[in-house]
Amino acid sequence: MRSRSEIGARELLREVGAVLRMSEAEAAKLGQVPADPDEDQTMIINMGPQHPSTHGVLRLMLELQGETVLRCKPIIGYLHTGMEKTGEELTFLQGGTNVTRMDYLSPLNNELVFSMAVEKLLGIENDIPERAVWMRMLLSELNRMSSHLLFLATNGMDIGAVSMMLYGWREREEVLRFFQKVTGLRMNHNFIRPGGLAADLPPGWRDDVLSILETLPPRLAEYDILMTDQPIWRERLQGVGVITADEALALGTSGPILRSTGVAWDLRRDQPYLRYEDVEFDVIVGTYGDAFDRYAIRLNEIRESIRIVYQILDRMPLGDYRIQNKKVTPPPRARIDESMEALIHHFKIFTEGFKVPEGEVYVGIESPRGEIGCYIVSDGGPKPYRIHMRAPSFVNIQALPHMMRGGLVADAVAVISSVDPVLGEVDR
Amino acid sequence: MTDVQESQQPETLHGSPVTWSRGQKVVHPSRADYIKVLKKLLDDGYSMCSDLTAVDYLTHPGRELPVGVAAERFEVVLNLTSIASRDRIRVRVQVPESDASIASTFDLWPGTEAMEREVFDMFGVSFDGHPDLTRILMPEDWDGHPLRKDYSVGRIPVQFKGANS
Repeated sequence: MRSRSEIGARELLREVGAVLRMSEAEAAKLGQVPADPDEDQTMIINMGPQHPSTHGVLRLMLELQGETVLRCKPIIGYLHTGMEKTGEELTFLQGGTNVTRMDYLSPLNNELVFSMAVEKLLGIENDIPERAVWMRMLLSELNRMSSHLLFLATNGMDIGAVSMMLYGWREREEVLRFFQKVTGLRMNHNFIRPGGLAADLPPGWRDDVLSILETLPPRLAEYDILMTDQPIWRERLQGVGVITADEALALGTSGPILRSTGVAWDLRRDQPYLRYEDVEFDVIVGTYGDAFDRYAIRLNEIRESIRIVYQILDRMPLGDYRIQNKKVTPPPRARIDESMEALIHHFKIFTEGFKVPEGEVYVGIESPRGEIGCYIVSDGGPKPYRIHMRAPSFVNIQALPHMMRGGLVADAVAVISSVDPVLGEVDR
Repeated sequence: MTDVQESQQPETLHGSPVTWSRGQKVVHPSRADYIKVLKKLLDDGYSMCSDLTAVDYLTHPGRELPVGVAAERFEVVLNLTSIASRDRIRVRVQVPESDASIASTFDLWPGTEAMEREVFDMFGVSFDGHPDLTRILMPEDWDGHPLRKDYSVGRIPVQFKGANS
């Protein structure tokens, strides 16, 4: 095999061998009985699905020559529970409980994209009250921070910085505690719903957010000392899992992987949704497209999120937290006790659901892992006719063979970790 | 409910009819023109194929389509993104049930490899020229294609050990 530096990006992509083109049964035979003594030089081994650093149940088939990875094929589906099929059986109001479980590390972004798609179908996307919009931004950014903090933890553990694992989980816990106070749950909130949110922010929320924002920066500075400036850390990540901008675009990757190659593509800035055009932040890009760039991008995105959340705190308007549209909003709890109509209305919305006009819509937003998209087809009924989630991790892990090719087995773990896949979202 | 742009001549792009759906441009090429239109879109700067999926319209046949496009059971849907113009475009192609196959876009966007496998797995639409068209989410020996509308939502009888059925 010629080395990566000798062949062009185009050829690398077209190389059929980049993905193992054989069935699992054939591959297993190949691994056991070498047909030719010379071919004994390479072997096919399995990594996962029960490997501690494959982040869930990702399985990789690796073809190795000594310590070098020749080819790699990600095998997924171990966590497939048919969530898109389930989504067709749930009403638009219940759909949030389903989508929130896909990317379980950034559930609020899943709910957000689903709600935005439903609102666009209903034609009410411009009528959402200001407070609801800014609350959604607050939750989305805090979720980005918690997700990236967990990345730092798992990435640290995979590379061998075990103390980072404890620090990352500790910081994430602070954010989750705030989510628990606001939504009642640490994960799978079903808090962002079509039309707005489930409830208003609790009293004292501002102090809680401020305490998170004040705790984090000194700790991020600690991580810089612990990892960014540390020679061992750099040796393990720099130049590992390199991908070029052309490859990343052709493979459809998004988020930190695409940005690490120098393409400044962030949907928050390039196709603004919510009120992202009203806040100031920088899109962090890398230069070399390696694992270190992806680490550095996520670390600095936490800092940008802190910057955004400070602006949200300054500008959080007063007002309603959900749209007052009788069609999608249940009546206030107090009204149910005094009005028969309100009771019927409440009952109808929660049993039958609301009808959504016929049509199809695709909405994409920037989740911590990249572009999360929601494609919904409605036939005019209370349930989606088809719901498809464009999961960023599903697309991103298909870039693994290109990142790993020609690298070392020991680096495979670093590369998987730098993609930060969430298998719940990959398999759906 | 699709807001078709009001004009005398029906709007076309690269020879295929265009509709607008909730402010989004949608191209409806025929199966024969599919790759040709996609190539032109790629040249137009749609350098990223964000999403490729399919819809089974078995129980919802009466959807709105432009004149000249006959509704078929399956529809393959692509969402393309242009980084340069910060724009999106959607491509919808009709695929008949009797010959559920369409050309693969692997040569244009290698990233669609896994998405096409997912559509094959879930809908049974095959992609000609795909390098490795196998099941991706379901087990290799699975029967049927789960996201088809005539595939029921699994009611597998639960059997407990030692229970009298």
